[in-house]
Amino acid sequence: MGRFQGGIPLQPLVAHLRSAVTVLGRYPALAGVDLDVAEGEVVLLTGPNGAGKTTLLRLLAGLAPLTGGHAEVLGHDLRQDRRAVRRHVAVLGHETFCYEDLTVRENLRFHARAAGGSVESADAAIERVGLIRSADTPHRLLSAGQRRRLALGVVATRPARLLLLDEPHAGLDAAGRVVLDDLIGAAGAEGVTVVMASHELERARPLATREVAMAGGYAASGVLDHEPRPARSRTTGALV
Amino acid sequence: MRRFAGSVLLVAGKDLRIEGRSRVTTNQVLPFAGLVLLLFAFALDPDRGLLPRVAPGLFWVAVLLAALLAVSRAFAVEAENGARDGLRLSVLDPAAVYLGKAAGVAAQLVALEAVLAAGLFVLYDVDAHQVWLLALSAGLATAGLAAAGSVYGALAAGLRVRETLLPLLLLPVVAPVMLGATRAWEAALNGVPSDAWPWVQVMAAFAVMYTALGVIAFGPLLEES
Repeated sequence: MGRFQGGIPLQPLVAHLRSAVTVLGRYPALAGVDLDVAEGEVVLLTGPNGAGKTTLLRLLAGLAPLTGGHAEVLGHDLRQDRRAVRRHVAVLGHETFCYEDLTVRENLRFHARAAGGSVESADAAIERVGLIRSADTPHRLLSAGQRRRLALGVVATRPARLLLLDEPHAGLDAAGRVVLDDLIGAAGAEGVTVVMASHELERARPLATREVAMAGGYAASGVLDHEPRPARSRTTGALV
Repeated sequence: MRRFAGSVLLVAGKDLRIEGRSRVTTNQVLPFAGLVLLLFAFALDPDRGLLPRVAPGLFWVAVLLAALLAVSRAFAVEAENGARDGLRLSVLDPAAVYLGKAAGVAAQLVALEAVLAAGLFVLYDVDAHQVWLLALSAGLATAGLAAAGSVYGALAAGLRVRETLLPLLLLPVVAPVMLGATRAWEAALNGVPSDAWPWVQVMAAFAVMYTALGVIAFGPLLEES
């Protein structure tokens, strides 16, 4: 999935969607999305509620079905092999993917091992998202903000090539937002591609290298026609 | 192979840990199964001679009803907080997830059966004969219940009507296990183990068949649920 501009090869494409359709029940949540995402980009999806942002993220994660059109993510055709994509993505969704009766530590260790990682990576994630004091607290006793941090911890345990973040700033306090921005910044610095959907544009825009507007299940300006610009750290302002 | 076994243990360990915390089996399923045995004992009490004869059948009915709750619970935890998506995003082989969930259910049922069996011998005035045969047939019946239950539990998991659908799907299917376990226990308690062998074979075949089906079908079921 190499990409050329004026005959010059650019970054390989991590995602390449053409007329991608996803029907949920009888409702076409994605009505024909064209989207390119180049390696290392931080793409911000914007648009009103119901525009299809969450479904697009789930499609890119291999969680939502591709009903029509073409979609290739990380070199895998989503129509042929959705499972292959999932090994290489980390998803921050509206839910934590965690079990109510397990503690923060147990949940993260389970997810780390289930992702092929180590127990140590889970313990590091606990520290990274600032949940050390709540490490032995069951999920059901966590506050909304702590749950959001735990979901961030699940993302941090996965060795991902593509981060998919759905309203990542929602429910986080100021310190949690700094943790999130650092995680996104670090991902960009490591060449990990990020696609995020957000309504908090003043917070998300400085992190993004490109913005794609969505409405009614379509993406405007999803196809690349220019070089992605480098992102700036929300906290330091430095290029990452 | 080692990684596959590790994945099975990871899922089974997770489910058993959740059960250990929530105590649904000990606080709800076990009392429910015990009540079933107790109520039948009261209902049949006028005919004390009947109790030992119907004991195997009532025991396995109680285990079956408890198995429905255990299977339902094992898949309900995956519906919380999008945990099923977490499993789908993992690198775990779906076959290993299936075997892990079935192993978790089986472990709970074995513990439950041990307690219920003790109650059976006290309440129903049953003398224990051929304990090895009782244990063997219980093991095979448990494996069959857990294997079939995990297939139909996954099938019903994504549906709104899963609580009512699971019994409708599972109860007719596990009829051979109920019949086999009851007949095998009757043969054991009557001291004629040779009568049990055809039923032991039926239960073994059932367990193998449903385990194979689950290993093959669980991936697509996880996708669709």
